[in-house]
Amino acid sequence: MFGKLSWDAIPTTEPIVIYTLAVVGLIGLALVGSITWKRKWGYLWREWFTSVDHKKIGCMYIIVALVMLLRGFSDAIMMRTQQAMAASGGPGYLPPDHYDQIFTAHGVIMIFFMAMPFVVGLMNIVVPLQIGARDVAYPFLNALSFWLFVVGAALVNISLGVGEFARTGWVAYPPLSGLAYSPGVGVDYYIWSLQISGIGTLLTGLNFFVTILKMRTEGMSLFKMPVFTWTALCTSILILAAFPILTATLFMLSLDRYLDMHFFTNEAGGNPMMYVNLIWAWGHPEVYILILPAFGIFSEIAATFSSKRLFGYASLVWATIAITILSFIVWLHHFFTMGAGANVNAFFGIMTMIIAVPTGVKIFTWLFTMYRGRVRFETPMLWTLGFIVTFSIGGMTGVLLAVPGADFLLHNSLFLIAHFHNVIIGGAVFGYMAGLTYWFPKAFGFRLNDRLGRIAFWCWLTGFYFAFMPSYVLGFMGMTRRLNHFNNPEWRPWLMLELVGVGIILCGVAAQALQLYVSIRNRHAYRDLSGDPWDARTLEWATASPPPFYNFAEQPKVDDLDAYWGMKERAVSTLKHTDYRSIHMPRNTSSGLVISVFALICSFALVWHIWWMAIVGLVASIVAVIVRSYDDDIDYFVPAEEVARIEKARLKDLAEA
Amino acid sequence: MSNIVIEKDIAHNHEQGHEDAGSLSVFGFWIYLMTDCILFATLFAGYAVLRDSVAGGPSTVDIFELPYVLAETALLLVSSITYGYAMLAMNRNDPAHVLRWLAVTFVLGCGFIGMEINEFHHLIAQGYGPSRSGLLTAFFTLVGTHGAHVLTGLVWMAVLMAQVWQRGLTSTNTTRLSCLSLFWHFLDVVWICVFTVVYLLGVV
Repeated sequence: MFGKLSWDAIPTTEPIVIYTLAVVGLIGLALVGSITWKRKWGYLWREWFTSVDHKKIGCMYIIVALVMLLRGFSDAIMMRTQQAMAASGGPGYLPPDHYDQIFTAHGVIMIFFMAMPFVVGLMNIVVPLQIGARDVAYPFLNALSFWLFVVGAALVNISLGVGEFARTGWVAYPPLSGLAYSPGVGVDYYIWSLQISGIGTLLTGLNFFVTILKMRTEGMSLFKMPVFTWTALCTSILILAAFPILTATLFMLSLDRYLDMHFFTNEAGGNPMMYVNLIWAWGHPEVYILILPAFGIFSEIAATFSSKRLFGYASLVWATIAITILSFIVWLHHFFTMGAGANVNAFFGIMTMIIAVPTGVKIFTWLFTMYRGRVRFETPMLWTLGFIVTFSIGGMTGVLLAVPGADFLLHNSLFLIAHFHNVIIGGAVFGYMAGLTYWFPKAFGFRLNDRLGRIAFWCWLTGFYFAFMPSYVLGFMGMTRRLNHFNNPEWRPWLMLELVGVGIILCGVAAQALQLYVSIRNRHAYRDLSGDPWDARTLEWATASPPPFYNFAEQPKVDDLDAYWGMKERAVSTLKHTDYRSIHMPRNTSSGLVISVFALICSFALVWHIWWMAIVGLVASIVAVIVRSYDDDIDYFVPAEEVARIEKARLKDLAEA
Repeated sequence: MSNIVIEKDIAHNHEQGHEDAGSLSVFGFWIYLMTDCILFATLFAGYAVLRDSVAGGPSTVDIFELPYVLAETALLLVSSITYGYAMLAMNRNDPAHVLRWLAVTFVLGCGFIGMEINEFHHLIAQGYGPSRSGLLTAFFTLVGTHGAHVLTGLVWMAVLMAQVWQRGLTSTNTTRLSCLSLFWHFLDVVWICVFTVVYLLGVV
């Protein structure tokens, strides 16, 4: 009746898991209780859960990303504590079985359920505003993408309390991830959480590709687009080209596991290295999916806070395009040790080094943007400066790893771990934090507390160096990744130092949590009525903060590269005072949420081999799609009087600002 | 044929500063098809790698019956032509003929699926199921994924026929007919690759 699912699936014998569940349960209850107490369910349902507004969807993406950041970071703290405790040869406090699940969950969560939604959330909030559009091309699809992503995140979190997660590492190489060596449900949770959220990501890529190509306002040619929009476009292209490979690869892995097939098995003609090739043919573009928008964020911030036009806009755009293409021909550097031969390794090594060139071009454009600019050291700018230094170091160690000979020594060592955390934290995460601080006033209409933001930045920066620079050393000393216990006293001081680093980052995270709390509490004091708190340059700052749901009463006309800056210089107003027209908008719908709930039921059932329930879930989600296709009432017109009323209030605010 | 759909709705919504919903949908669906293309490319690559991994089982020469597959192919190709007639009828704004040609397409598609299931059944009954070897794994997955797409197309077609029957050739329905048309022809193109790479090269 319930497949492999029984009461034994709940890990009652593991106190750490049980305490975690209890705490999460209590927080959840408190949240549900307070929402019920304040009678906010109706509001949440009408204004958020059923919303197709890109700004609200973007905010929800980022909220989930921040929650998942906490979970992924907790995993990191546990791993670092385990390694520091076990460094003297003891067993530590995490048994290998549990430890392996933690490092897998950490990687999966940080990439798929922290970084991806963070980037997609920022794209959602910013891109339509930057191109002067009213919404994305397919608003309903956007909501569906979000809820499918939530299903993936939910599955990963369910695995904490019901069953187990994969013990395979975040890319789940077979044959370890095959049925023979991972007979439990962990890998199945991994597969379905990635499959479902991956479909959401693919639809997001499609949506933004079409939005950016087809929905730009009058006058905004491709080479007048803000750089963040350019990077969002290139990221969308990467998603469109790479995620189908992930879907197909995980599909093959699931066929191996569910139908006893032989794509990646050791016996009957399977080929495990095919999986490794395929997963990295997706995986390498994936890291550029994460980093390109961060480059875009830094470009916007560097120009805004240097009060001058971005240096070398065209070269930055072309560098982005070059990276987009090159990212597809470097995947083999993840496994030089496969033994493909010297010529193959040389090709991929050289390609990897070449991809550093456009990246270097970008570093110089940011530096020259600041050069002789009137640089204002606001918090987003601090993140940018921290990024430029940190990312450059990470980039250089990457070029070092690109030498196949060196890679044979450093492969799977902590040197590699240090390298990719160096570029992902120092590049992508710093970028998202910068973007969050920069665009927060746009999304919510008030600024974040500056002092706590600065404290958070400095903790993150110093904490990062303490936590990961020792890993470079440990890598040279021969320490490999994912070790649970070991006996080498020479590693101990470095591991202790790393634990200190994690503690400092924890202070940074705490400062950020406090920053959110303080800023929301004092939101009236931090209110920004101008809509343009940073004296910025691009179109998103031309409308109110938070923007009205239709974004622009009249879509702006663009004449310059820095469209809004040009308007400010020529004193062109973006406001209309009379003659408002009605605006065509999409209607809210619960379909995305409903389809995703059925997808959750289906995928949970598939994990536990509850076949009847899987069929019910699948059929129900198909029926939900068909029901949606019968709905003709998907859009409406906002009457001109309503627009006039909202715009008048905005004018009043501006007069006060 | 999608151009005609675009022209019909061009006046609609033009003032709103974005393209009309119909052409936007067709364009987006094109892009989706390109991603599907990459999905199939991955499966083809998998097949190419595992083609010779027979693991003591049958090789491609032993299991394929070209005349049977040729008949299957004919069904699918003809169904593309009949779908084309449905689109011509749509352009003449003739819902009755649209439904008639869609019905013919539907039957041909079902015939294709039926023949494919029969082929699979035949192989499995002989002990040549997908878990026999790497080759058969890749074969069943590639051909089966194409079959699953055709099946999805058939479900879509059934729903769309009901919608055209109930509501006529509204702009929503013509957009959907255009998208399904793209999908159906795309599956034909993929099948031609399957026929060539899997079956023809398999018996050479």
